[in-house]
Amino acid sequence: MTLNSRIPTGPIEKAWESTKFNMKLVNPANKRKYHVIVVGTGLAGGACAASLGELGYNVTAFCFQDSPRRAHSIAAQGGINAAKNYRNDGDSIYRLFYDTLKGGDFRAREHNVYRLAQVSVNIIDQCVAQGVPFAREYGGTLANRSFGGAQVSRTFYARGQTGQQLLIGAYQALERQVASGQVKMLTRSEMVDLIVIDGKARGIVTRNLVTGKMDIHIADAVVMGTGGYGNVFYLSTNAKGSNVTASWRAYKRGALFANPCFTQIHPTCIPVSGEYQSKLTLMSESLRNDGRIWAPKQLGDKRSADQIPEGDRDYYLERMYPSFGNLAPRDISSRAAKRVCDEGRGVGETGLGVYLDFRDSIQRLGENTIRERYGNLFEIYERITGENPYKSPMRIFPAVHYTMGGLWVDYHLMSTIPGLFVLGEANFSDHGANRLGASALMQGLADGYFVAPYTITNYLADTKLEKVSADHIEAKGALENAEGITKRLLNAKGKKTVTQFHRELGKTIWDYCGMSRDEAGLKHAIGKVQELKEEFWKNVTVPGSGSDLNQQLENAGRVADFLELGELMCIDALDRNESCGGHFREEYQTSDGEAQRDDEKYSYVAAWEYKGEGAAPALNKEPLTFEYVKPAQRSYK
Amino acid sequence: MKLTLNVWRQSGPNTPGKMVKYDLPNVNEDMSFLEMLDVLNETLIAKSEEPVTFEHDCREGICGSCGFMINGKAHGGFPKTTVCQLHMRHYKDGDEIFIEPWRATAFPIVKDLMVNRSAFDRIIQAGGFISVPTGSAVDGNAIPIPKSNADRAMDAAQCIGCGACVASCTNASASLFTSAKIAHLNLLPQGQPEKLDRALKMVTVMNEEKFGSCTNLQECEATCPKGISIENIAIMNRHFVEASFMQRPAMSEGGAG
Amino acid sequence: MATAAAPNSKLQQSLALYQSTIGKKYVVAVTGAVLFLFTIGHMLGNLQIYLPNAQEALANYAKLLHASAELLWAVRIALLTCFVLHVVTIAQLYNLNRAARPQSYVMKTPTMSTYASRTMYLSGPILLFFVLYHLSHLTTGATHPSFVEMDPYHNLVTGFRQPMASLFYIIAMSMLGLHLTHGVWSMFQSMGFNHPRYRNGLRNFATAAAAIISLGNISIPVCVLLGILGKDLV
Ligand SMILES: Cc1cc2nc3c(=O)[nH]c(=O)nc-3n(C[C@H](O)[C@H](O)[C@H](O)COP(=O)(O)OP(=O)(O)OC[C@H]3O[C@@H](n4cnc5c(N)ncnc54)[C@H](O)[C@@H]3O)c2cc1C
Ligand code: HEM
Ligand code: HEM
Ligand code: SF4
Ligand code: F3S
Ligand code: FES
Repeated sequence: MTLNSRIPTGPIEKAWESTKFNMKLVNPANKRKYHVIVVGTGLAGGACAASLGELGYNVTAFCFQDSPRRAHSIAAQGGINAAKNYRNDGDSIYRLFYDTLKGGDFRAREHNVYRLAQVSVNIIDQCVAQGVPFAREYGGTLANRSFGGAQVSRTFYARGQTGQQLLIGAYQALERQVASGQVKMLTRSEMVDLIVIDGKARGIVTRNLVTGKMDIHIADAVVMGTGGYGNVFYLSTNAKGSNVTASWRAYKRGALFANPCFTQIHPTCIPVSGEYQSKLTLMSESLRNDGRIWAPKQLGDKRSADQIPEGDRDYYLERMYPSFGNLAPRDISSRAAKRVCDEGRGVGETGLGVYLDFRDSIQRLGENTIRERYGNLFEIYERITGENPYKSPMRIFPAVHYTMGGLWVDYHLMSTIPGLFVLGEANFSDHGANRLGASALMQGLADGYFVAPYTITNYLADTKLEKVSADHIEAKGALENAEGITKRLLNAKGKKTVTQFHRELGKTIWDYCGMSRDEAGLKHAIGKVQELKEEFWKNVTVPGSGSDLNQQLENAGRVADFLELGELMCIDALDRNESCGGHFREEYQTSDGEAQRDDEKYSYVAAWEYKGEGAAPALNKEPLTFEYVKPAQRSYK
Repeated sequence: MKLTLNVWRQSGPNTPGKMVKYDLPNVNEDMSFLEMLDVLNETLIAKSEEPVTFEHDCREGICGSCGFMINGKAHGGFPKTTVCQLHMRHYKDGDEIFIEPWRATAFPIVKDLMVNRSAFDRIIQAGGFISVPTGSAVDGNAIPIPKSNADRAMDAAQCIGCGACVASCTNASASLFTSAKIAHLNLLPQGQPEKLDRALKMVTVMNEEKFGSCTNLQECEATCPKGISIENIAIMNRHFVEASFMQRPAMSEGGAG
Repeated sequence: MATAAAPNSKLQQSLALYQSTIGKKYVVAVTGAVLFLFTIGHMLGNLQIYLPNAQEALANYAKLLHASAELLWAVRIALLTCFVLHVVTIAQLYNLNRAARPQSYVMKTPTMSTYASRTMYLSGPILLFFVLYHLSHLTTGATHPSFVEMDPYHNLVTGFRQPMASLFYIIAMSMLGLHLTHGVWSMFQSMGFNHPRYRNGLRNFATAAAAIISLGNISIPVCVLLGILGKDLV
């Protein structure tokens, strides 16, 4: 398959402007004749559905929660970037573009990233106008903080609940359209298949999660903003419901899946406390501004933190990265923590943790200042662990947080299936091999408010769409396929619960395709995941029926897809013989243990094509070229 | 530790439900309440019984999915804590715990501990937004907002739509939820053009959805996981009454063009 | 789905106001405020019984009140209207609230509400019953053992010498205290006034006013029973 990424020509600064100008339009009276399906109403999908509704399209939107206000975007804490340069500290669109591209270790498309930086500015204006209560200065202007190693203050925030406030803004805009009748919102509905007719995406099959009924929905275009797949690891900071099902079933219908192995591990999460653990909780990275990270020097030192004298402590980040110290980027500090624990120097009962210590800053600044800065985070920590971080250091450990990979899309955010648009975390587009803090929210809203409404209009105006009905053979086929999956799951009647399978899968992927990977491990993991998949279909137990609300059944379908995705992640990781961003291959590191990119061979997007049950997926490469920013080795020493 | 749970089991909205007793021998104090229920469910599945249905997603206290009554208190009644953030160390060996769904006419039970809160969405649809089309916004700094107003708006905007306020209120009133949205938007300059309309419409729908009235019991504030203040209810009352007297009907604007 | 159009004419608007729970609460609050002010005035009037020339003072007070029939009836009608509105509106809200939660909890534990606030629907009806009895007792004399027109002092003293009557007054006045402890604070909140700076102050004001009114009134039957009041009447 040849990948046409439809990147515009001409100077990058004008590229989006001229693309927009060259796009076809649909006249207002005709818009309502078009029906667009939006699956997922997080930041990306919600913003898109609201904007399309406002333009006059007939929109049907879906989410699996009981309300669009609960999408996983709500959990984002830190903030959202925008190149406003309100601080007068030298920020610009070009700098945000540059930082994002470099942060992504040069595995993203220049034009997409530039456009993202451009529209970031409009996002803030839009959100303020919607009533998002961003933090303000005393003078009434918007406040900023710096984030994720950037040298400028360009992050806008609403206390520690930025994602929540942005999502509520999008949700309100969406509900306004629902009230006006432009958008029909179907909650508690899960997309279980994509309907492709004459090579174009023409609808979806959904399962009503309350009644179990499967329905066919036909439309002129399908938009997916279904989020990331970090839950393939079982334990992650994602919401429990986050899943890959929509993307995966689209992949099986012909959409390519790009860079599946690029996952981001966040360095400061609360460590696992036991077998029963169901998810991980993030502690904001901002803690690293005042906390010092250390582990005992001796192996298996079981003394409590306050019993370990200064001389027996290893402030390893400060030691290894003297200039960035505790603020080294996410991938680097995560890996360092893992290394320390692998050596047997980890702390806590499980040995999977390092200390994040505020003793020195409390001495220097006083407990009150620390409380003012991080009070709510300390509270969360104490609530979860039952330990008081003012007295004893926090224990932290890296955790899966974000997936850079996703369905392949072109500059118009359209997948390889015409008419299927993919937005937000569900696509692969803008973050390359590593995402900078505060830029996922930016991307979701950019896609949803400012990019997709144009490109979808262009697609509709430019495409001849036959009239199709729900009786179409392809639609019926998709329905049968989805019903078949449900039946197989219910009929397996085995011995192991869905969660047991999910835990095993997660552990395998984490051990072999997590923070660091190597060839032998990946090969081993592929075999293991295949075995697990086979066992799953024979030995899974799903109680209840399919014609009723059945949470185990929902979960079983998602885990079935994660099992297949897990394998593809390992295949992708095995294929990429270099280290870049979140993808660290043990074999490819510099003498001092840093990631070593191979631009000559691997400056491409790996887009995988489904070749049928049991067949190996085919690799398609979209070469990446860099005209404006020349790739350089990242160094944080 | 060992616990005895009494859980409300109800297979559907129109079937009768009842409390069912379960013994759970191995509860770890570091578990969250939902993880404790996960363990219960795994044992139920092993015994080929139906697991308990409860709603959850983020498990970090922000999405508002989770929530039920624990020993007669919404979310268990611990300050600013949702059930997903509640840990078992608050309970002790041998405790008997009662778990029931939110109860309100406006929140029909879907299954077991899961209720239908779509009435909240309809309240928002009535006016819980600022009508600003995508792309028509002025610069974010064009209208300065006093920090104290922005902070108050944020205090109200934190509502996660969990429904605990309705559940804990003796009158099943949605006043705290509705007022939080009205106050959030009406305290901001961007919310001014629709201020009266918003109060009027949202309150009307709140009533149509069959929530009870507020008798200022303050149970809602006490169990709200985001600590939303009933000061917002006063704001709602004020704006609603003002709107009832002052609101002018909108002119229809047709015309050539 | 629910719809919500803005009402058009002034009348429709006020009706819409009354149809909403908030409008109803507003009515309860306004009528409650009038009744509250009345109880203050009434208590002050009643306390004249402690003056040295109590019989005369109370009779003059009664004469003053009855000086103009028009004024008397205007006040009576206003009070009655408030009272009826208060009670009828509360009855409507009570039904709404019951309908909002038809199935009660197996277990429900209060966290923050006060005893007073939870018992408004108990203290209120007792007050209703009290007022009916009270009017037949001290205004028309129908239930009074030896009623003398225009001699409140006599009526009070002889009336309260019956322990059962006094006991009922004492209970009712305790209920009034409870009712006002919550009601007076609540009335500000219902009318849209709440500010963190004044929240505690208002609470204290409500509790103090309620205590003064109920204790002031209770003292009268108690003193009569103890023989402190009414020594001159045999
Ligand atoms: C703890 C945490 C903190 C974060 N903090 C930040 C931050 O500070 N700054 C930042 O920029 N980014 C942050 N991120 C990342 C960011 O929040 C996400 O990448 C982003 O919100 C994803 O938005 P989305 O719209 O793509 O997807 P989501 O918000 O995940 O929405 C997915 C939607 O798809 C629906 N859906 C999924 N599958 C189906 C299906 N099969 N059928 C129907 N509907 C379906 C869901 O119901 C939901 O509506 C954070 C992430 C986490 C986990
Ligand atoms: C006689 C029958 C009465 C009944 C059934 C009754 C009942 C109630 C009820 C249920 C409330 C609602 C409480 C709330 O919403 O917070 C209320 C409020 C109130 N009542 Fe009464 N009441 C009665 C008489 C009185 C009397 C005699 C007074 C005054 C002396 C009074 C003063 C108030 C006040 C001030 C309020 C507060 C209004 C508000 O909350 O907005 N009530 N009453
Ligand atoms: C111990 C307490 C009380 C005493 C001793 C008392 C005494 C009296 C007396 C003596 C009268 C007759 C006055 C007259 O006809 O000249 C009267 C009338 C009345 N009282 Fe009370 N009262 C008490 C409490 C209350 C309370 C709590 C209320 C209301 C909530 C109330 C409401 C009335 C009313 C409405 C009248 C009729 C006034 C009229 O003539 O229109 N009283 N009371
Ligand atoms: S006001 Fe509080 S209790 Fe009510 S829905 Fe919002 S967060 Fe939940
Ligand atoms: S508990 Fe209920 S009565 Fe009012 S103050 Fe809260 S809504
Ligand atoms: S599960 Fe999201 S708030 Fe509890």
